[in-house]
Amino acid sequence: MLAPVLASGASAVGAPGFPLLNAVVLTPVLGAIVTALVSRRRPEIAKQTAVLFATITGALTVAVAIAFDSHVAGFQLVSRTQWINQPDIAWALGVDGISLWLVVMTGILFPIAMLGAPPHHDGKPFYAWLLVLQAGCLGTFLALDLFLFFVMFEIVLVPMYFLISGWGYDDRRYAATKFFLYTMFGSAFMLVGVLATALLHADGGPVTFDLVTLAENQGVIALTTARWLFLSFAIAFAVKVPLFPFHTWLPDAHTQAPTAGSVILAGVLLKLGTYGFLRFGLYLFPEAAVWAAPGLVTLGVIGILYGAVCAAMQKDLKRVVAFSSVAHLGFIALGTFSITTQGLQGSVLQMVNHGMSTGALFLLVGMIYERRHTRLIAELKGLQKPAPIFAAVFTVVMLSSIGLPGLNGFVGEFLIFMGSFLTRRWWAVAAAPGVILAALYLLWAYQRVFHGEPDEDNASFPELRVAEGLALAPLVVLIVVMGIYPKPFIERIEPAVAHLIEHVEENSDYVEPRVATEGEHIVPASELRSSEPGAAEHAGSPTESAEHGGGE
Amino acid sequence: MQDMIWLIPALPLVGFTLLVFLGRRIGEPGAGWIATAMVGGSFLATAGIFTTLLGRSGEERAMTQTLFEWLPVGGLNVEFGFLVDPLSITMCLFVTGIATLIHLYAIGYMHGDPRFTKFFVYLNLFVFSMLMLVLGDNLLVTFLGWEGVGACSYFLISFWHESEANASAGKKAFITNRIGDVGFIVAMMFTFGAVGTLSYQGIVAAAPSLAVTTATAIAVALFVWLPDAMAGPTPVSALIHAATMVTAGVYVMTRMNPVVVEAASWVPTLIAVVGAATALFAATVALAQHDIKKVLAYSTVSQLGYMFLAVGSGAYVAAVFHMVTHAFFKALLFLGSGSVIHGMHGEQDMRRMGALRKVMPVTSVTFIIGWLAIAGVPPFAGFWSKDEILLFAWEKSPALWAVGFLTAILTAFYMSRQVFMVFFGEARWDRPLAEAAPELAAEREAEGVHEGHGAGPEGAIHPHESPWIMTLPLVVLAGLSIVGGGLNLPMLDSTKLLEHWLEPVIHFGEAHPDATTTEKVALAGVATTSLIGLLAAVLVYLKGRADLARQIELPAMRKGWYYDSSISAFAGGPGRKGFQAMADFDKAAVDGAVNGVGTLVAEGSSRLRLLQTGFVRNYALSLALGVVVVVGLLLSKAVF
Repeated sequence: MLAPVLASGASAVGAPGFPLLNAVVLTPVLGAIVTALVSRRRPEIAKQTAVLFATITGALTVAVAIAFDSHVAGFQLVSRTQWINQPDIAWALGVDGISLWLVVMTGILFPIAMLGAPPHHDGKPFYAWLLVLQAGCLGTFLALDLFLFFVMFEIVLVPMYFLISGWGYDDRRYAATKFFLYTMFGSAFMLVGVLATALLHADGGPVTFDLVTLAENQGVIALTTARWLFLSFAIAFAVKVPLFPFHTWLPDAHTQAPTAGSVILAGVLLKLGTYGFLRFGLYLFPEAAVWAAPGLVTLGVIGILYGAVCAAMQKDLKRVVAFSSVAHLGFIALGTFSITTQGLQGSVLQMVNHGMSTGALFLLVGMIYERRHTRLIAELKGLQKPAPIFAAVFTVVMLSSIGLPGLNGFVGEFLIFMGSFLTRRWWAVAAAPGVILAALYLLWAYQRVFHGEPDEDNASFPELRVAEGLALAPLVVLIVVMGIYPKPFIERIEPAVAHLIEHVEENSDYVEPRVATEGEHIVPASELRSSEPGAAEHAGSPTESAEHGGGE
Repeated sequence: MQDMIWLIPALPLVGFTLLVFLGRRIGEPGAGWIATAMVGGSFLATAGIFTTLLGRSGEERAMTQTLFEWLPVGGLNVEFGFLVDPLSITMCLFVTGIATLIHLYAIGYMHGDPRFTKFFVYLNLFVFSMLMLVLGDNLLVTFLGWEGVGACSYFLISFWHESEANASAGKKAFITNRIGDVGFIVAMMFTFGAVGTLSYQGIVAAAPSLAVTTATAIAVALFVWLPDAMAGPTPVSALIHAATMVTAGVYVMTRMNPVVVEAASWVPTLIAVVGAATALFAATVALAQHDIKKVLAYSTVSQLGYMFLAVGSGAYVAAVFHMVTHAFFKALLFLGSGSVIHGMHGEQDMRRMGALRKVMPVTSVTFIIGWLAIAGVPPFAGFWSKDEILLFAWEKSPALWAVGFLTAILTAFYMSRQVFMVFFGEARWDRPLAEAAPELAAEREAEGVHEGHGAGPEGAIHPHESPWIMTLPLVVLAGLSIVGGGLNLPMLDSTKLLEHWLEPVIHFGEAHPDATTTEKVALAGVATTSLIGLLAAVLVYLKGRADLARQIELPAMRKGWYYDSSISAFAGGPGRKGFQAMADFDKAAVDGAVNGVGTLVAEGSSRLRLLQTGFVRNYALSLALGVVVVVGLLLSKAVF
């Protein structure tokens, strides 16, 4: 059965003998099957099996990062197996700088979610669903075939639906149904978009769903049609991200989901949307993406401010964190559709950063709920006194989410600010007060929950346990490391982003504004764009960064 | 020596890391000593580099050290690097020097506190951040330090978070700092957009960005939180005020002086006007405060105004000069007030003090030296630096000078008031509160305040002098407050040490007043007349004219002209309502629309469901109708 999988086909970059990406996607599937076969009477074994498989998957994703060649812009470790001949649909996986860290993050976050937030009942199906979910997410990030992408994108909904409705809190059925229907609504448009793109692109010839073929041969589909097709994808992604005003499924789903579900929802699932915008928006429809950029950037900026204001007024701690995601994802949208080197790199990095910090925040809020059986801010008070270490970890994660320099959240946010300023000056300036609001809602919540003299119910709040600390430790370490030394991460993202911007420039009249070199005085970016269309500097070429790295 | 720059910030960072992981095991007082040793080591490293620089000629006194590439992204390449030049090394010298004294003092002050080690964790992180701020060779590293300082003041101010006031003040400090950040971030965006780099050397070479100054100017308005920060433990207040928050803004301005000069002429004028207004405003507030630390807090805001007045007048040397001397005497005063509070068993209200010079000799003598320095009595440090600023202000505009002069009178007045109320007059602590200070007792009764959080015991208090570990820093700082003026004596060109030292950094921006020697001497003479403020205070407070005092200390002044309370009222009232309205809008309108569509679909489909009656005849009928329609369509196509 594995034979066709092993026969990896047309890959630009030599794939290694071991089909690493297939292993990454299929290991959790295998894990789900094995977990499901474990005896119902031995829930401990089910958990251990699941954690083992999730950890192996995580290790494999790290192996992907090690095998990854940081100088290559295109897809690497490509593995392609024909699925259907006519039309051309393939099990095609590949990784580039844009998906690399998302894959690694997905690999790391799942075992952490399993260890840090075990379910209260029926462990076996819970873990099995989580593994299915992991496979779906990894498949989505790695798919190089539109059809495969769509299938993976949709598969993700099923385990998530069951996780929320089966293991969630009081309002779980409402939240799960809303999540499912809302996302399906978006996906319906995308399905039409996927089919129409392939068919229209074929123009009577053989139909293919191969992403690279479709994206690299622009011009077959008429401009107006391409814009409509872009919008059909954009609706699905906008719901998934979610962009304002498609965000209202998010607070319900995040709040009602079991902790592990919230961690994955915020950490990984939302990134399916932002990743989709990059891969199936900018890459597949460059001209349309440039055309739609002002609107999407505006929605992003609204999300930054609006999400933060709503977060501030929530009474439920989990909803505060949930709404903070709306604001953070707004930043990612702003960076993505700034279409600049800094903005795009910042966005890709911020997807990972948000996964780390918000994932950790949900874990911590889950731990508070485990202890106190409430998430209402009004019922919590003075937790810092009985649990100073717990409070310290919460503080570090919170400051990362606020975007304190030296921690990871700042790096992405800063790059997004710089990049979006080059093309969308006033949008970037308008987004800047978001940094005040982020501090406002989180510090205010922190003050009410952790500061003060604890009352009777909160005075015996248990301190962070060793197992909990171990689950959080990798996230906290990454939060610090990525904040202080993000270079290894940035370096690997850079070629792919440079390639993407070149691709957009080749296929539209967009030109990335040139950045002045030190000591040089240039005209403002806005004027430059109209007057000097040829002068784009593809600043992010790998050779240049290599020179920088080597020089003293 | 150049390769050793990193050592300056690294040592406090090592101390921080060490104490985070091992602090509990080390405990008191070991943790305090480790922290002190680290900062002390940092001071020695700074001194070593300082002597290296001294041995070089003016142009060779700038050196950089790059540790690694922080954010190498396309055309933007931010390095994690340090810039040592006369300006930053001056900053480092007094930051690490004073911080060492404050650490030492804190070992005594925090004695017995259950969170003793945690306090030093924060203190070391604070010093590290401050050093990043001044040593960074680009705006982003400075911003890292700026934010680090903000976060640390949040930690330190809300250190005793069990009290609501402290927790709120800490939060407010952070958020206010963030408002300044917006200015900083916008400034960085404009700088990057215009010159493609954030490094100081690159900016100075290009210097076209007006936005940087305007944005930084926003920071001037951000003194709202300073008085509230007083809730934190005393040495922190001293550290924050004397060595950091004050200096950060002025430092960045001085660093960017070529940009300020290049900017439109209204920018420096705006800075000077805001500075002078701040100085006067805060001085009027200070003279009506009863809390010993609040007087000093508003006084700091006022002195900060002086420094911005200097920057706006092109007197960068004077700004740095005043920053240094102010660091000496303000740290001294804050630590002195801490010593008083310590001796008074936590009492902070000056109406409960008086005649303390008899029981706290070292504290009172050093405090009096600090008072003379800040009041501008020659030859103490404050006289020289303030005089320098007023000279430049005169050149800029006599109106600015007048405001500065008026502030100087007020400064002498409120500081004398404080000294008289605390150390002279009659003792108001040897009897129970109700008897000794009935007014204060009634106030506390009304507000329901009891012992703790600034209020001392209600019975008689037995004040005592603080241990040597607290008084030693006072003595050192008192010495510096006396001789600090020697850094830059205006008489001869050769005695203007600081001016020559800073010359390479500020030669773009420094104004050169063309006043003659006679004018200078005349202005200095007039400046000494500001000491009438001191004499006035003698009349009012030493002679015990309570009626006069009541007329001077307007309630509006005590409340800070309602500046702060109106902001709080807005934030808690309309601001919060606005936020709530938006959250409600989200629930009702945005989510309501989604659920509305859901309901509509559900209702619609349950109607549609009725069509599925289950009766074959109904289906047959619709089938027949369908056939008719299809046939009709085909026919119509065939016909037309």
